[in-house]
Amino acid sequence: MNAPDHAPRSRLKDGPGGGSREAAALDDTWRDPPGLLGWLAAVNHKSIARRFIVTTFAFFVAGGILALIMRLQLARPNAHIVGPDLYNQLFTMHGSTMMFLFAVPVMQAVAVYLVPLMLGTRSVAFPRLNAFAYWIFLFGGLMLYAAFAFNAGPDAGWFSYVPLAGPDYSPGKRVDFWAQMITFTELSALLEAIVIITTVFKLRAPGMTLNRIPLFVWAMMVTAFMVLFAMPSVMLASTMLIMDRLVGTHFYNPAEGGDVVLWQHLFWFFGHPEVYLIFLPGLGFLSAIIPTFAKRPIYGYTALVLALIATAFLAFGLWVHHMFAANLPELGKSFFTAASMLIAIPSAVQIFCWIATLGSGRLDFRTPLLFVLGFFFILVLGGMTGIMLASVPLDLQVHDTYFVVAHLHYVLIGGAVFPLFGAFYYWFPKFTGRLMSERLGRWNFWLFFIGFNAAFFPMHLLGFQGMPRRVYTYQAGLGWDGMNLIATIGAFVIALSVLLFIVNALRSLRRGVEAGDNPWGAGTLEWATASPPPPCNFYAIPVVHGREPLWVQPRVKSDGPEEGGQPAFTHVSGLAADARELLATTVLDARPDLRLNFPDPTIWPLVSAIAVTVLFIGSIFTPWAVVWGSIPIAIALTAWFWPRRPETLLHLSLERRP
Amino acid sequence: MHALHDVFAPYGPQAGEVRALWLLTLVVCLIVFAAVLAALAIALWRAPRSGSDARSAPDLSGLRRPEPGTRRSVVAAVVASTLLLLVLIVASVFTDRALARLSTEGALRLEVTAHQWWWEVRYVEPQVADNFITANEIHVPTGRPVIVTLKADDVIHSFWVPSLAGKKDLIPGRTSTFHFRADHDGVYRGQCAEFCGFQHALMAFFVVADPPERYADWAAAQRHSASDALDEQQLRGRSVFLRSSCAMCHAIDGTSAQAVRGPNLTHVASRGTLAAGALANTPEDLKRWIADPQKIKPGTNMPASALSSEDMDALVGFLQALR
Repeated sequence: MNAPDHAPRSRLKDGPGGGSREAAALDDTWRDPPGLLGWLAAVNHKSIARRFIVTTFAFFVAGGILALIMRLQLARPNAHIVGPDLYNQLFTMHGSTMMFLFAVPVMQAVAVYLVPLMLGTRSVAFPRLNAFAYWIFLFGGLMLYAAFAFNAGPDAGWFSYVPLAGPDYSPGKRVDFWAQMITFTELSALLEAIVIITTVFKLRAPGMTLNRIPLFVWAMMVTAFMVLFAMPSVMLASTMLIMDRLVGTHFYNPAEGGDVVLWQHLFWFFGHPEVYLIFLPGLGFLSAIIPTFAKRPIYGYTALVLALIATAFLAFGLWVHHMFAANLPELGKSFFTAASMLIAIPSAVQIFCWIATLGSGRLDFRTPLLFVLGFFFILVLGGMTGIMLASVPLDLQVHDTYFVVAHLHYVLIGGAVFPLFGAFYYWFPKFTGRLMSERLGRWNFWLFFIGFNAAFFPMHLLGFQGMPRRVYTYQAGLGWDGMNLIATIGAFVIALSVLLFIVNALRSLRRGVEAGDNPWGAGTLEWATASPPPPCNFYAIPVVHGREPLWVQPRVKSDGPEEGGQPAFTHVSGLAADARELLATTVLDARPDLRLNFPDPTIWPLVSAIAVTVLFIGSIFTPWAVVWGSIPIAIALTAWFWPRRPETLLHLSLERRP
Repeated sequence: MHALHDVFAPYGPQAGEVRALWLLTLVVCLIVFAAVLAALAIALWRAPRSGSDARSAPDLSGLRRPEPGTRRSVVAAVVASTLLLLVLIVASVFTDRALARLSTEGALRLEVTAHQWWWEVRYVEPQVADNFITANEIHVPTGRPVIVTLKADDVIHSFWVPSLAGKKDLIPGRTSTFHFRADHDGVYRGQCAEFCGFQHALMAFFVVADPPERYADWAAAQRHSASDALDEQQLRGRSVFLRSSCAMCHAIDGTSAQAVRGPNLTHVASRGTLAAGALANTPEDLKRWIADPQKIKPGTNMPASALSSEDMDALVGFLQALR
């Protein structure tokens, strides 16, 4: 793998033999520029991902606070803490925040940090696009909360069913802010999906063939493909909604030949895959955490990968189970019942493989593993209620009741948030260089686990007793009082546990135990570099010889990883240390393919994002914003892509001719 | 008004079928849940502890030789899950068929139109002259199937009486039908199940199942106006009703009030509740409702009425006479 040595002598090259001069040059090359302007121009994937993670977590806390207000209102019958106007905004904001501003983007944010490290490279593909996607996401989220602060928060539900969300029954601009928030966040998600797919396909370290990609990366890649197919559906639907509201089209107006059920099909064609967009990264976290704390490679790698892909395919074939109560043909519904139940099979395959891995390993009970075990209890229970909801007759009884509220929180919190918290504990030392406190971690876990079950288990029973969803109050004497009170207490216990998590993270940031490169003895590449990683991630690009590169002792001329022979090449050398040069590899076998020159930090993604924001927000008020707003966008994008002489000269000097 | 509203307290064949399917599904799911957790517990209990030493070497033996025992267990578990799922799919489809096959011979026909936030109920009889309209309270004879035509006037609502049958949406621009039967007399509570705006929470209705004779008496009474024999105070109340804003939205048969914007009040005093289940039907609550509906159901389309206390007493007296 050593690069042929006919490059110009004067240029510094990276590689395993590189000294401090090369290391310093690499740090300088990949570091974000200093100062406020430099901060705004940053394109390093770790800087963007850190901001992204903190932003999504802030939205998680905001959405949680909204939920606490709702739980206070529902703790007693006929309460008057909030009225229906505010309550409808609260539950709409809660759902929209958790789905669009937290659950999907936080997974992409963690992926943007980890994927290049796990693949052994120095950047994500399209680093400027990555920065642009972050700014777009941030502005979209801020717009929604600004609207809420000015009493213009959306109030037609996170699903915005027409005609309630249409011009006749939701006058004013509330629903427009919701629809435009969709445009912002889905644009960001689509761009991130492109970034992740391209990174995984082209930037893997040499030797990381398709069947050696870490399972978390597989999960994120499958998720990214799902984003590409699911998000356009909701963007289309919300754009048609905005047009109905702003320029008088009639896509959803039955009086003029439109159809209100069209909205439901388009929305749930996105909305059900959305659940798996949130769930699959959670599965990826588990497949990363379990082998480390079981001290063995995962059991059933191929089965796990195929299960992820099968889940992704099936996820697009069951959207109608959200619409069983609408007026649809019975035979068609049976098909969707079967599809909805069959998606349990790939999930079962994964769960059994994890149990097999745990059972045949040597266990180290640390906080990340606790959250994994919490996942098993909660997610499996949520899966069981999911099977009930897949059945048409059962669904018609419990659809749109608190049973569904219980189910969806069991699936999403159990399937995504518990693994995510486990992942925070697991990778926090890599992000910051320090371990989080185990003692606070255990308190965090047990309070979350108990509070969660207290908050959401009673909701199953409330659903059976006839309590519908999305009600701002309920009357006394219906038998719902006690269970609602327990749910509210549980919600506050969850809040306490999240508070402990924040305290733990902030304290550990300053006073945590120094982690070192690989505190858990894990096997994937992100643990091969310093904690926190240097700006360039790796001073020499590693060469991969197995699924857990840090666990295998590479030797050539032998059939097993632990048998004799000469040590294999372990690193690539020869990439420029003083320019953003990266090695691209082939899609299937990750053979070295070509050297790429990566773009420098620049302010233009931010400026472009501001221009796009002006267009998006302006078009809530006048269709002409689309016309005039496109001019600043064109200017910003032109400046973004304008070729610069020093860059061109650098690229020419690095170009190698035969 | 005490009323049943519980999926597990079925009083009709539809809800009964669903309950049977529910019991089967619950048993299967509980067994699977218990089995998965037991497998996890056994795995955790049997696996040795590694201690917290990060440097202890991982066990890589799985990379070199296959693990036939583990493989057998995983495959067996997946096959068992698949078979159980197939059982549940078949059971679900059969229940669906049974629900669709409820005999509708000699059925009573109703047309329910949902409004923000109340229910309009029209009884459709073979003779057009026998049709009548009521609101928020549906009387049905026991043992006789009921076919309901569902329509929505504004946004999507959903019709749900847990003790009798599953729910069905009422969708603007689309008409759907729905059938059920109540086998025992009693009062069953229903509620809108699809989010429909401000007062989605207070949009209840009641199904009153009576023995056929009692139902026939009730229906006969509904076909006649109730505003014939009024005393002087009630007559004054009627004139208050007709000259104030009430008559712009409500209809009372036998008077000149024939508007269809709000609930038909021809027999309002015979109903158990007011404002779609929001209040008990008492003179005090009726006064509170007329004086300031926004306080009881914020966002409701009914405006407040500023009436003198004499006028209010007369009006409430008149409405209470409409039995």
